Amino acid sequence: MLLAGMAVLPWYRQDGFFSGASALMQGLGGKTWLLPGVLIAMALLALSFQQGWRKGPAAMALVIAGMVTLVAQGFAIQLNGPIWEGLGTLFPAALAGQSGLGWGGFVSGLAFLGLLSELIAARGFCRGERFASGSVVIIVALLALFVFFPILKLGSAAFIGPDGFAAAQFVERLTATELWRLNCFQGTGRCGVVINTVVLGVLAALFSTLLGLALAMLVARTNFRLKKVLRAISILPIITPPFVVGVAIIVLFGRTGIFTQLGADIFDVRPTRWVYGLPGILMAQVLAFAPVTFLVLLGTLEAINPTLEEASSTLGAKPMKTFRKVTWPLLRPGLAAAFLLAFIESLADFGNPLVLGGGYEVLSTKIFFAVVGARYDLGNAATLAMILLALTLVAFWLQMRWLGNKSYVTVTGKSDAGLAAPVPQIIKIAAIALIIPWVAFTIGVYLIVVGGGFVTDIGRLDLSPTFRHIVTAFSFEIGSEGLRLYGSAWDSMITTLWVSGIAAPLTTVIGILTAWLVARQDFAGKRAFEFGTMLSFAIPGTVVGVSYVAAFNVPPVDITGTMAILVICFMFRNMPVGMRAGMAALSQIDRSMEEASQTMGAGGLATLRNVVLPLIKPAIFTALVYSFVTAMTAVSAVIFLVSARHNMATAYIMGRVENGEYALAIAYSAVLMIVMILCVVLIQVLVGRRNLGRRKELQGAAVAPAE
Amino acid sequence: MSDTAIEFVNVVKRYGSALAVDGISFSIAKGELVTFLGPSGCGKTTSLRLIAGLELPSEGQVLIGGRDVSRDPASDRNVGMVFQSYALFPHMNVLDNVSYGPVIRGGDKAAAQAKAREILEQVGLSGLQDRLPSELSGGQQQRVAVARAIVQQPEVLLFDEPLSNVDAKLRRKVRAEIRDLQRRFGLTAVYVTHDQEEALAVSDRIIVMQAGKIAQIGTPQDLYDRPATPFVADFIGDANLIAGTVQNGTFHAGDLGLALAGPDGAATVSIRPERIGLRRDGSAKVISATYLGSRTEYVVQTGAGEMLVSRPIWEDAIDAGAAVTIEIRPTDLTRVK
Repeated sequence: MLLAGMAVLPWYRQDGFFSGASALMQGLGGKTWLLPGVLIAMALLALSFQQGWRKGPAAMALVIAGMVTLVAQGFAIQLNGPIWEGLGTLFPAALAGQSGLGWGGFVSGLAFLGLLSELIAARGFCRGERFASGSVVIIVALLALFVFFPILKLGSAAFIGPDGFAAAQFVERLTATELWRLNCFQGTGRCGVVINTVVLGVLAALFSTLLGLALAMLVARTNFRLKKVLRAISILPIITPPFVVGVAIIVLFGRTGIFTQLGADIFDVRPTRWVYGLPGILMAQVLAFAPVTFLVLLGTLEAINPTLEEASSTLGAKPMKTFRKVTWPLLRPGLAAAFLLAFIESLADFGNPLVLGGGYEVLSTKIFFAVVGARYDLGNAATLAMILLALTLVAFWLQMRWLGNKSYVTVTGKSDAGLAAPVPQIIKIAAIALIIPWVAFTIGVYLIVVGGGFVTDIGRLDLSPTFRHIVTAFSFEIGSEGLRLYGSAWDSMITTLWVSGIAAPLTTVIGILTAWLVARQDFAGKRAFEFGTMLSFAIPGTVVGVSYVAAFNVPPVDITGTMAILVICFMFRNMPVGMRAGMAALSQIDRSMEEASQTMGAGGLATLRNVVLPLIKPAIFTALVYSFVTAMTAVSAVIFLVSARHNMATAYIMGRVENGEYALAIAYSAVLMIVMILCVVLIQVLVGRRNLGRRKELQGAAVAPAE
Repeated sequence: MSDTAIEFVNVVKRYGSALAVDGISFSIAKGELVTFLGPSGCGKTTSLRLIAGLELPSEGQVLIGGRDVSRDPASDRNVGMVFQSYALFPHMNVLDNVSYGPVIRGGDKAAAQAKAREILEQVGLSGLQDRLPSELSGGQQQRVAVARAIVQQPEVLLFDEPLSNVDAKLRRKVRAEIRDLQRRFGLTAVYVTHDQEEALAVSDRIIVMQAGKIAQIGTPQDLYDRPATPFVADFIGDANLIAGTVQNGTFHAGDLGLALAGPDGAATVSIRPERIGLRRDGSAKVISATYLGSRTEYVVQTGAGEMLVSRPIWEDAIDAGAAVTIEIRPTDLTRVK
């Protein structure tokens, strides 16, 4: 009873503060639609003095009624009046409209959710564990508000125009020849945007899978001497802002690029803009996605039990035959997974097509141009976003199906004797031939990134060293008034650090908490819960960006242009990463330790803090680093959400690229990467790796998903 | 105050459509050590977890100390549990492990540690309080787990197959220690095992479970001497199950005719192998004779079917192939069906 009282009290006191005045005062002052919610809250408070109220139906009915009232009053009355005329006659004051919810609204919503979780826990949800039950309810509510609500809103924006329902317009937009024409195959001009997107996706996925396979073969199955270098190089793209590669490619191969000029001088090849369009985007994407496919395939290769290959050779198969008949079939599910992963990434990629696209339009950039600038057309953007989302979900669904049914896991609990068979010589040579250009290219790109910022104009081959760009971006002065920052980049840099710094721990908390719920708790609807969280990962960033614009520009949740929307966006975009790291680590930990803690009187939260978290520290570290780095380098969703006050580094760099200020962009990128590395080290120190050495098996488990 | 420590009333536990526990009812008295015994998947561990609060029943009630705790999570019940894997926290030393419960329950840290030290002394581990679990032997880890479970004077002490990670040689000693501790502290204990010998050795009473239901409840001697079903007879010790008919107070199976009370009709009886005597010459035949050190086991072909016979080694050995007569005292028969 005491606990229940405490759960109710702070909530009741703060209930309904609508920017200063409480709901009660507003309600009495004419906004009568707020009164039912207040009455329900009072009724609940009264009820809570009764014995055993948590198990009775009355409390449940009141809580549900309260939540319905809250949601209804929030949505029914918009900024400039009610959505139905009838409401206006009922509540005259509603005609004046209301603004977004203030803190009071959020707190009451939270309180209702808290009470709901308390009540269902008392009915045996989550084995009666109040903390777990509360977490589930709150995460579901957050997902609903920040993942599903925006998508639904976006979907409705595709159908509903300013004059009401517009199905015809939707069909017209959906079937526009601009999207579907196939002219490029007939050599009569450009293809539609959807066709472009799919062609690019398939090609990028194909090439990066091939490259990834070659890398994985060399690392896992040969005694190739540069293995360590390969691994190191493959990590680089993770900390590289996605468009930097695109910029570097322009600097190398653009019309005034280094190689183009060399070609013109030596071979007298006329400089062209060939790199803009499909070839350029493809190059950048293959470079960026190959590490991803490499890690997937490396995992698959290492999971193949070597005794299978040994069995094949003892049965008389030559190496090539063994490779073809045993290794290759076992690799196929991994290949499919890698391909689909790269395909999904290509669909979602925004930075490279924007920088290198030229006239080659893909869905993600098309969505962007439909929303930004003078051609603001949310309906069209929404339609395009729906198509992109559908494509992604199909790929995602295929991936789930294939991974679900076709992965031949040959790792068993028993130790595998035997050594992995080296790959046949021919394949090794082919693999080396394939990766040499990749390595050379990568080195070239990163040389540009490192050096480009410190020469006068890398774009026009003026290589005289200078600190001009760094000074433009980051000049500062320590004078009598303290530190003064003059550089043009400081604002965005500081915002980026703030946003990433706030988002990373929040992302980690929600990710690890979700992992714990999924791995350790039993509750009705767990499968749907898990699927919902994974889904939020599958939605391309561009779609998320547009959907946030569609959903959060208007009351009741009016947060566009604030820093909060950036943080929230990152939280839900990156949450699945923390979740996977957490799940992998949890699967290595005997769950009876948590049960032991419970039988000794520790609730869910105490168990999590005292037992689980200390044991999965490496996973926490992984999640923190990853969410931080991703937040710093993300472009796709962010570019829709930045405002003049809260600009992000990536959006700023993007702007410089569009203005052709490559040197400045590159200089800033290099600084960004250095800052990222420093921050990662800092996080490492803060989280502390002291305890990690003791339990090697946990460490290994947690590092894997980060890669 | 009632004398009942734990009571189950028609408890059902479902996982999706699978029934793990299928409507069981029983009660356990204070100070008693009761064992759940059964093959894997019979619902014994689930029943233990239902007592602990690690699972909540789908239907029915669980009462601890007369209070309905059916909807209370583990952290709201006062139970101690020793896990199969011991589940010691690897990042805490022995003292922190044992004082974890008292500290979590809001106790003063110094008082909690004093209490933990006291218990550690009782289980003979006083010198090891600063070690990490990974620096202890298996037997020591087990004792830490027990100390941790009893430090809060739980209403019920639960053991989930506590000996399965103990050396076969050590088991006898450890189980005697557990029994001793339970008696010394006057604790109500529930023990889960699939090892019938272990169950016979430690329990006041045994609850034999089969497919989510209770097959029989009784003292070790009850269960061994008077099994209620063929399953119980076969699961606890070895049993010859002989199918036949009862007519006018006599059980007939093949050429066997033994006095047996009860209603007429088809019947199955159980007879323990060591309760069958062997005499040379006769219509039965020894199929195999196996020397096992402490006894010799014979498989004998009789008119009522094959029977397992166990004889002490001081009796004359009989070779396979020999003709024999079997001797059964009617009082050693138990009708199980």
